Amino acid sequence: METLYLVAGMALVTFSIRYGLLPLSGRINISGRMRNALRYVPPVVLTAIIVPAVLYPNGQTFLHVSFNNAYLVGAIATVVIGKLSKNLLITIVCGMACFGLWQWILKMM
Amino acid sequence: MIGAVPFGIIFGTLSGGAGLSAAGTIGMSLFVFAGSAQFIAVGLLGSGTMWPIIVLTTFIVNFRHLLYTATLLEYLKRLPRLWQVVLTFGLTDETFAVAAGRWLQDNGSPYKHWYQLGSMIFMYTNWNLCTLVGLVAGRMLQEIGGWGLDFAMVAAFIGMVIPYLKDKPTYAAVFAAGISALIFHGMPHKLGLIMAAVIGMTAGVSAERLWERH
Repeated sequence: METLYLVAGMALVTFSIRYGLLPLSGRINISGRMRNALRYVPPVVLTAIIVPAVLYPNGQTFLHVSFNNAYLVGAIATVVIGKLSKNLLITIVCGMACFGLWQWILKMM
Repeated sequence: MIGAVPFGIIFGTLSGGAGLSAAGTIGMSLFVFAGSAQFIAVGLLGSGTMWPIIVLTTFIVNFRHLLYTATLLEYLKRLPRLWQVVLTFGLTDETFAVAAGRWLQDNGSPYKHWYQLGSMIFMYTNWNLCTLVGLVAGRMLQEIGGWGLDFAMVAAFIGMVIPYLKDKPTYAAVFAAGISALIFHGMPHKLGLIMAAVIGMTAGVSAERLWERH
């Protein structure tokens, strides 16, 4: 049921944004400043999800900044790989491998 | 267009781990048809966010699509209602990029809406097929034991942010959003995410002005 609400809600909201201007045609003006600010939305929202997921892994309540945090080490490695490779698939696969490797090393120690 | 292939597959793969059912995953690609918002929804579901917050976040993330309709308004206005509904339903980032190029070409071709419909159908089919492939792949990986799969979301999101990091204001925006997300992490219902998004955008715009002046 929750899933149904979620998908229906997202569909409705998305369609309203894309279609909404047509019936209102001409009565809404979007300033250049607003236009410009919206450009930042995707990277900003993605970052705001990643950072807490990495520093508060598995629902922990304290900030986990240490080499014992495989998520943090994996994330740093992924950023470096992403910057160098500029390829999404390589970034994801190598990033996951680094995370897995570091988790394995931590278990061995 | 081919660029959307890994995204569709990754979306399908990650959805299961985040607790979204197969029907929910397919339904999202069929009815929402919005790449980044779908990823963000899966990310939020994985951290146990309630659906109204995810819908609110979708609104913020997809609000930029309003600009796409605004850009094409002059042309879309002249089409019959059914065309308007169909074309705006499929007005994703990729379709807009392709369609805007065609509409803004200064020739009198009366078939531009057919061109947009064609590219939209192609991308819609592609997105949904890739979602299915990812869905199957994800379920198989989960059975193998999910090595590092709990990190897949983080890796995918990092890989998606990096192409945006081309100028200083974007770095400023992303940095501010990351710090704010940590500060407001404890807020109920993930409202910290929305705070962080607003602060990040503000930082980006302010940084732009700052650097322009020098």
